[in-house]
Amino acid sequence: MSNVPNDLKYAKSHEWVRDEEDGTVFVGITEHAQELLGDLVFVELPEVGDTVDAGSECAVVESVKAASDVYSPVSGEVIAINEALADAPETVNQDAFGDGWLFQVKLSAPAELDDLLDADAYSEVMESEEH
Amino acid sequence: MGNRTILFDTHNQMGARIVPFGGWDMPLHYGSQLEEHHAVRRDAGMFDVCHMTVVDLTGDRVRAFLRHLLANDVERLQQPGKALYSCMLNEQGGVIDDLIVYFMNETWFRMVVNAGTTEKDVAWLKQQSPAFGVTVKPRHDLAMIAVQGPHARHKALPLLPEGLREAAANLQPFFAATAADWFVGRTGYTGEDGFEVVMPESEAVGFWQALADAGVQPCGLGARDTLRLEAGMNLYGSDMDETISPLEAGLNWTIAWEPADRDFIGRSAIEAHRGDPANRQFVGLVLIGRGVLRDHQKLFVADREVGEITSGGFAPTLEKSIALARVSAEVAGQCEVEIRGKRVPARLVRPPFVRNGKIRVEL
Repeated sequence: MSNVPNDLKYAKSHEWVRDEEDGTVFVGITEHAQELLGDLVFVELPEVGDTVDAGSECAVVESVKAASDVYSPVSGEVIAINEALADAPETVNQDAFGDGWLFQVKLSAPAELDDLLDADAYSEVMESEEH
Repeated sequence: MGNRTILFDTHNQMGARIVPFGGWDMPLHYGSQLEEHHAVRRDAGMFDVCHMTVVDLTGDRVRAFLRHLLANDVERLQQPGKALYSCMLNEQGGVIDDLIVYFMNETWFRMVVNAGTTEKDVAWLKQQSPAFGVTVKPRHDLAMIAVQGPHARHKALPLLPEGLREAAANLQPFFAATAADWFVGRTGYTGEDGFEVVMPESEAVGFWQALADAGVQPCGLGARDTLRLEAGMNLYGSDMDETISPLEAGLNWTIAWEPADRDFIGRSAIEAHRGDPANRQFVGLVLIGRGVLRDHQKLFVADREVGEITSGGFAPTLEKSIALARVSAEVAGQCEVEIRGKRVPARLVRPPFVRNGKIRVEL
């Protein structure tokens, strides 16, 4: 079973959100998601300044196997992207919850955070998918 | 649940991620597909290919039968053990399957066909064989393991049955040797040196384990696909199928037109298009811009659609994305690939991309 840190929030579509408590969040994909994808070879990120909507496609992660959409778990403006991933997409495999973050969003609807899953609820989602 | 090979439990013990493939539950990788790929290019890796089918063809007229059945000419096989790659065409000139056939002796040829096509292949063989009095016997009692890479033969040889070792050590490329129910061909699907080893099912787990103990990396279907793509080898069902002529799948070299009176199945259909300037060309692509080439992406020159990728992916040896593609005859130099609505430039190259560990195209 994959690692699921307690201090993060999760979307059913396997993204994580770290609340910086300054009106911004970092977003990435979970360790479970990168395991399912296999070795990543390309990451396409939104641009700084883009507006993203909760539940909408905003990035693509491509493994040797296939391309997979990443959905933004929150709404707001993209204020930073992880540019290091352009040359080192494998960072997402190695450190999905840390250096493998994808982008940072300035929240336009902070209440959306309450709709996300906590670590226990996300663990249940993972388990139900395995059966 | 799909069919399982005799090695299924062993794969699970070795940490395989299992996926459905052609009706079988097969290992995709055992942790890292990239590491498995590099192991084959640099050292030695092994693949469970038990899902592919060995078919033995026997009878006094088996050579005549195969000269009628296959687009390549088994008359080229005169030394026992010699192998030949060929397409098996339908009357319309489409590809039923691509396969390797080995000449064992004048009354016995051995064929290895793809997993997903086995059923229709065997049905086709049985439909065509009675006229030649040939017996068609799929050998579901045999297992097959491919051991590939620059050190593959060295590592595999001591693990073969003693009676087969010397013959196997002396094999030239594209030859096979056999002893009892073991069979070793110096063939493969990776662009590297190596063996494909056929053995009784009961011996497969032991042989696999012994190879692992000798430092041979278990490899899944993922690495098998990136290796064959870099080697510029076609994948049946992606690069060609029953609706595609071998002339538009880069397989012209496998068609034996001479002697002109050899009437193989599909000949009249494809001969009508031999040398036809309207035939689409089958090319390699190297992506210049960012992204990953994938099957079915469309290709453009200016605003004109000129073709489609038939198999694409990331090439670990090149650290770039590459593809095989079918494009209009006049396209040369560069084209653009449509990736998620954006046009990205790619360069046309002549496969293979990699052979024997060396990059063979300009990057």
